[in-house]
Amino acid sequence: MIRINCPICGLRSETEFTYGEDASVTRPAMDESAAQPWLDYVFNRDNPRGWHREYWHHAQGCRQWLVLERNTLTHEIGTCRLAREDAA
Amino acid sequence: MTHYSAFSVFRHALRGNKTWGRAWRDPEPKASYDVVIVGGGGHGLATAYYLAKEHGITNVAVIEKGWLGGGNTGRNTTIVRSNYMMPGNTMFYERSMKLWENLSQDLNYNVMISQRGQYNLCHSPGQMDAARRRGNVMRANGIDAELFDRAEVRRRLPYLDYTENARFPIHGAIYQSRAGTARHDAVAWGFARGADRRGVDILQQREVTGYLWEGGRIVGVQTNRGDIRAGKVGLCVAGHSGHLARMAGLRLPIETHSLQAFVTEPYKPLVDTVISFGAAHFYISQSDKGGLVLGGDLDMYNSYAQRGGLPIVEHTLASAKALMPSVSRLKLLRHWAGVMDMSMDGSPFIAKTPVDGLYLNGGWCYGGFKATPASGWCFAHTIARDAPHADNAEFTLNRFERGYQIDEKGMGPKPNAH
Amino acid sequence: MKRLDQGGRIDRSKPLNVSFDGQSLPAFAGDTLSSAMLAGGVSLVGRSFKYHRPRGVFSAGVEEPGAMVHLRSGDRHEPNARATVTEAFDGLVSTSQNAWPNLQFDIGAANTWLSPFFSAGFYYKTFIGPFKHSTKFWMMCETVIRKAAGMGRASLLSDPDRYEKRGAYCDVLVIGGGVAGLTAALAAGRAGAKVLLVEQDTALGGALLSDPVGGAGDAWIASVLAELQAMDSVRILTRTTAFGAYDGDTYALVERVTDHLRVPEDAQPRQRYWQVHAKRAIMATGAIERPLVFGGNDLPGVMLAGAVRTYLNRFAVLMGERAVVTTNNDSAYSVAADLARSGALVTLVDMRAEVAADTRARAEKAGVFILTGHGVLQAKGGKRLTSVDVVPVDRGSRTSGAVRVIPADVLAISGGWAPAVHLWSQRFGKPVYDAASGSFIAPEDPDKPLQPAGICAAAASLEDVITQAMRRGAEAARATGATGAPGDSPAAFDTGAFWQNDLSPNWAVFDAEGRCKGKAFVDFQHDVKVSDIDQAHLEGYVSVEHLKRYTTLGMATDQGKLANINALSRMAELRGMAIPEVGTTTFRPPFTPITMGALVGHEHGRHFRPTRLSPLHHWHAENGAQMTEAGAWMRPWYYPEKDEDLRAAYIREATHVRTHVGIIDVSTLGKIAVQGPDAAEFLNRVYVNGWKTLAIGRLRYGVMLREDGFVMDDGATARLGEHDYVMTTTTANAAKVLAFAEHLLQTAWKDLRVHVTSVTDQWAAFAIAGPKSRALLQTVSGADLSRDALPNNHWTLAQISGVPVRIHRMSYSGELAYEVYVPSGHAAHVWEALLSAGDDFELRPYGTEAMGALRIEKGHVAGPELDGRTTLKDLGLEGFASSKKPFVGSVLRKRPVLEDPERPTLVGLEIDGDTGAKAGSLLFAANEEPKGHGDGWVSSTTYSPALGRNIALALLKNGKARTGEEIRVVNFVGGEDLKARVVSPQFFDPEGDRQNG
Repeated sequence: MIRINCPICGLRSETEFTYGEDASVTRPAMDESAAQPWLDYVFNRDNPRGWHREYWHHAQGCRQWLVLERNTLTHEIGTCRLAREDAA
Repeated sequence: MTHYSAFSVFRHALRGNKTWGRAWRDPEPKASYDVVIVGGGGHGLATAYYLAKEHGITNVAVIEKGWLGGGNTGRNTTIVRSNYMMPGNTMFYERSMKLWENLSQDLNYNVMISQRGQYNLCHSPGQMDAARRRGNVMRANGIDAELFDRAEVRRRLPYLDYTENARFPIHGAIYQSRAGTARHDAVAWGFARGADRRGVDILQQREVTGYLWEGGRIVGVQTNRGDIRAGKVGLCVAGHSGHLARMAGLRLPIETHSLQAFVTEPYKPLVDTVISFGAAHFYISQSDKGGLVLGGDLDMYNSYAQRGGLPIVEHTLASAKALMPSVSRLKLLRHWAGVMDMSMDGSPFIAKTPVDGLYLNGGWCYGGFKATPASGWCFAHTIARDAPHADNAEFTLNRFERGYQIDEKGMGPKPNAH
Repeated sequence: MKRLDQGGRIDRSKPLNVSFDGQSLPAFAGDTLSSAMLAGGVSLVGRSFKYHRPRGVFSAGVEEPGAMVHLRSGDRHEPNARATVTEAFDGLVSTSQNAWPNLQFDIGAANTWLSPFFSAGFYYKTFIGPFKHSTKFWMMCETVIRKAAGMGRASLLSDPDRYEKRGAYCDVLVIGGGVAGLTAALAAGRAGAKVLLVEQDTALGGALLSDPVGGAGDAWIASVLAELQAMDSVRILTRTTAFGAYDGDTYALVERVTDHLRVPEDAQPRQRYWQVHAKRAIMATGAIERPLVFGGNDLPGVMLAGAVRTYLNRFAVLMGERAVVTTNNDSAYSVAADLARSGALVTLVDMRAEVAADTRARAEKAGVFILTGHGVLQAKGGKRLTSVDVVPVDRGSRTSGAVRVIPADVLAISGGWAPAVHLWSQRFGKPVYDAASGSFIAPEDPDKPLQPAGICAAAASLEDVITQAMRRGAEAARATGATGAPGDSPAAFDTGAFWQNDLSPNWAVFDAEGRCKGKAFVDFQHDVKVSDIDQAHLEGYVSVEHLKRYTTLGMATDQGKLANINALSRMAELRGMAIPEVGTTTFRPPFTPITMGALVGHEHGRHFRPTRLSPLHHWHAENGAQMTEAGAWMRPWYYPEKDEDLRAAYIREATHVRTHVGIIDVSTLGKIAVQGPDAAEFLNRVYVNGWKTLAIGRLRYGVMLREDGFVMDDGATARLGEHDYVMTTTTANAAKVLAFAEHLLQTAWKDLRVHVTSVTDQWAAFAIAGPKSRALLQTVSGADLSRDALPNNHWTLAQISGVPVRIHRMSYSGELAYEVYVPSGHAAHVWEALLSAGDDFELRPYGTEAMGALRIEKGHVAGPELDGRTTLKDLGLEGFASSKKPFVGSVLRKRPVLEDPERPTLVGLEIDGDTGAKAGSLLFAANEEPKGHGDGWVSSTTYSPALGRNIALALLKNGKARTGEEIRVVNFVGGEDLKARVVSPQFFDPEGDRQNG
């Protein structure tokens, strides 16, 4: 049971959230017309063993998308911030 | 090397079972091999076996960081089936099924292929239509499939929930009678013994830490116990494909997720087939030992941890009771997880990579075990001939670039949705 | 075996009616089923897994490998119940399992004579069969094997009992209510932390419950417990097993609320599953005794030494008049002494050459005869122990002298103790070997939120247990912010037994060749012998995991609690390694087998998954609708009149729509409010078509793609105001579309000033379709809905029966049609107002099947066509795609395979004959042999009332160019082979005169 400290709602259980996707890939700008940046964004992954930046959606809570740091080997939880406020 | 038979068992028993030889050697590595396969699971060992058997390439090493068969080969729910609908998948899995049907004989090792059949239950008219399409594709490709209505399913599987109380009423099922289960560990051991007999070196407790390069080409591997040169390097490390590919500078359309499995205490025969629930990712069978084997869903988040989360434990057991209410008083004995290569369309890769000398077998999602023989067979072909066989021709890395997504579920590029 | 007249923690004033295989047992309150069996002289309880060897009670706890029974009967029947942890209750009925024809004479026992042939890996080498490409031979053998395997028989009846789930939060969770757990809870509680103390046993005290009644331990428990019970911040749960340690510092417990009763009483659940979030946890789980290995060590009458003492002191059952106790450590001395004090003739056979003088003196004072430097070579007997062969042994556990035969009716064995580090290992990986205690323990790591205390951390004395537990309790409390003082440690006291002082590594007795005499078992349930480990080693199955899987060692219902260390010891000897080099396996949850129903709680049957109901659900139900599920929603499928079946009903309903007017509840459509200055830009990006020009008062059909360019969803969006739109999605995709929109706005398009909100539940919606729809709606609303006032794809506000509503003019059926949006709370009122006003217009409800027929006649795509693998072009929707702007999926939809002109595209089919085609049938050219993947497939089918024939939508290779072609429609699994003509998918009113009229 992963527990996530939602910046809006506080520490909540995994069951309130849905996992989104890798947050380390950046969606190309809308006017990007070349295929490769889109292929990289949609399909290709670093898939690290260790710390991973990822999107979670507080679907049963505040409906905010969060950027969570989580270790894929140990399931340790790092920082969690609103995707809106995430600089990266 | 002893040929296994009831007679050999009898003969050794008379000698107090003190005269058995090793099932496979524990050799010192050579400096160089024609082919090095990274990963001593079912797929890697099968690849080595078929390289030797089908292509006469015996100067082969299989390198395993732990003990052979210790990854997903030894953690899965042992289901074997060939009910795939998409071109690119259908005939590959049927090749696998045909190899399974002769595998014990071929390996002289009883891998306990039990064709006890598999039901995919349908819970709505729409699911029946989708099942019909799948069944028709199977039949049109010479694969057995039958579509049963509710009454027939009830006659065959009377212990499921047919009451008004069922949240997802059973409308029918698609059935493959040749599907079933196999003994997972035996598959790894049988292929290991078969490959070893043909001269393949199986090197356990040796972890690949990098590659040897010459002019942009991979010419071997670095391991924690020394370098080994190779004409070609094949990766069979599903769960860790991304990790080993990244060492070669590749990013793959793969994420690693953990998938849970469950076994109950052993009971007298109860479920004599394999049943997949159509309303949740859940399936159930019963092992020869008597434990009910339950398969659940992914934990949904990327993980290499080989242990599962509590929500999916609850969800899986709830699925079991929803499908078969009488399991309620039975007891869960053990649950565990394996780490899966989840690809972006739910289908695997058996292909040359863009890096010279490096070949990839991975992306198996949930489906790796059933694919084991064909995966080894096709990967051996691809490595030996430097070109794919027709049955794995679509399992390329560039299929996403081409737009050829082999998406059995139609879920799109979300690895945890397949 | 006999029950003593005095002593024990049983209540002799409360006799209970308990039976096993029809034999009445002399049970009292406080007994377990196993203690009642032993008191009643039952020595044979079960049969082992493989050889069907006789099995008696071996332990007094959760590790029991042999005494497993069928408990209760009928729909409360439970197989594999461990007699050792089954509390006796009045009316307990148990029967033996895994024996045929009966427990005393079990045919399967013949296997034991064949055991040399059933050696390790036997199955892998045999049953391969003579037939190539056939699995029949193995499957024939397997049928027999499966019947012999398994343990208990499961019932197929539904469980009548109730289970509960409960969440809980605490500062410190203390797992285990022995000395360590009680002390740790005391320290944490005194410091002010909120403490939850759980104990799997019925009472607190742990190992102290096995001491004679009235000793110093009892006083100690009473005083500590009194203090704990007086603290408001401490909660104690007995009969509660912490079976798993999971991520997020979440611990899973099962409380057996009423398993000690015949049936649950007072509306209590049978079991309660607790999900505990604990800031810190202390694992005070003690240790499990290890057996010694020698020939016949599985005979009924051979028991763990600690269990013999538990039966004696807790349950007042003396296991025998003539007892042999054999050990490699000090802990069994108190067992021997207690037996001797109870009147047994006791021989203590100690494998160690030397023993501490005071230990020896204490036992001898009680009357125990001690043989040091001796071991048990073999236990003998038929269905129970009769004598023990004892021999001198050297330091390497080999026999070094003559056998002496000691008649015995109980043989108590102790091979040391294994700390119960399961929970720690589940969460954090493999335990480490501690040479000092000769056991696997959790490595020291003060940062971990789960800390071991007491014997499970290999504490060396009772003083150490208390000191360490105080410290752990205080540290845990402090880590959670508690600031109080933990106070002084409760005083230690004199206890006869302590776990394993002075352990020697001897674990088995070997003859001169290094072999055990007879059948020497390591895994008692799975019948794995030392010789099986030897054979696995010979064959190269030397890693712990290979050994386990090849021999099935440690995979029985005790999950290796008894077998693991002895197996590792053997493999270490064979490989010439130290035990830690051989390694160990990771413990997996659950710690003990857990009833599946407990973890399911209430989420079964109808409540397995939530069901969503439209605000009109009750109306549909009262008016006889047959319901069908869509997404999680229940929707009216059809409204049968009299004895109509589905087909008759939908044909009537669809015909009625085309000739009069019908109404369907479409409240389940996803509705999303899209609001903000950049709403149009947002829509422009998510939909393939353009939105910048949509005027207020209008609405438009839109299609959206996934990021990879395949079609995701479609629906209409209306512009309500300058910055205010409402989007509809398909019922199935509503949640997905909203989450996707939120994702885009919160991650990639942060600059867009747009807010999206689900309003699905706030608005009910009805589609009213048919030639009389305008007249009807004008009548009830009084609004001007004429063609000029409200053309197609426009909306207007109106009132129906006093309720403000929004009327969209749009059509899915191809008829003149409207959608009426009503605040959910007024949905039933407006619906009924429409229906009653509609009497003049013959307004009738229709269901989703008729809706499907109407949309197929119009060639509209729905779920079967939007299967996640189709493109705009495939579905004939390419015309909607704007070439003037980028949109989600606009680049990747142009990938070469997706642009292939040969791809299957949407066509209509006119099916020959009366039967109609089945969706999922494959299409082949008329002259083509029907094999492979075909030229396409049938997606949706219906009988078309308007056309008077069977039609279908299909995806056909190069479809558009094949209009007019006759093709084969083959349904292999249904045995149907039909002919059909390829036509346009717009079967009905292709010009759209009716919907635009």
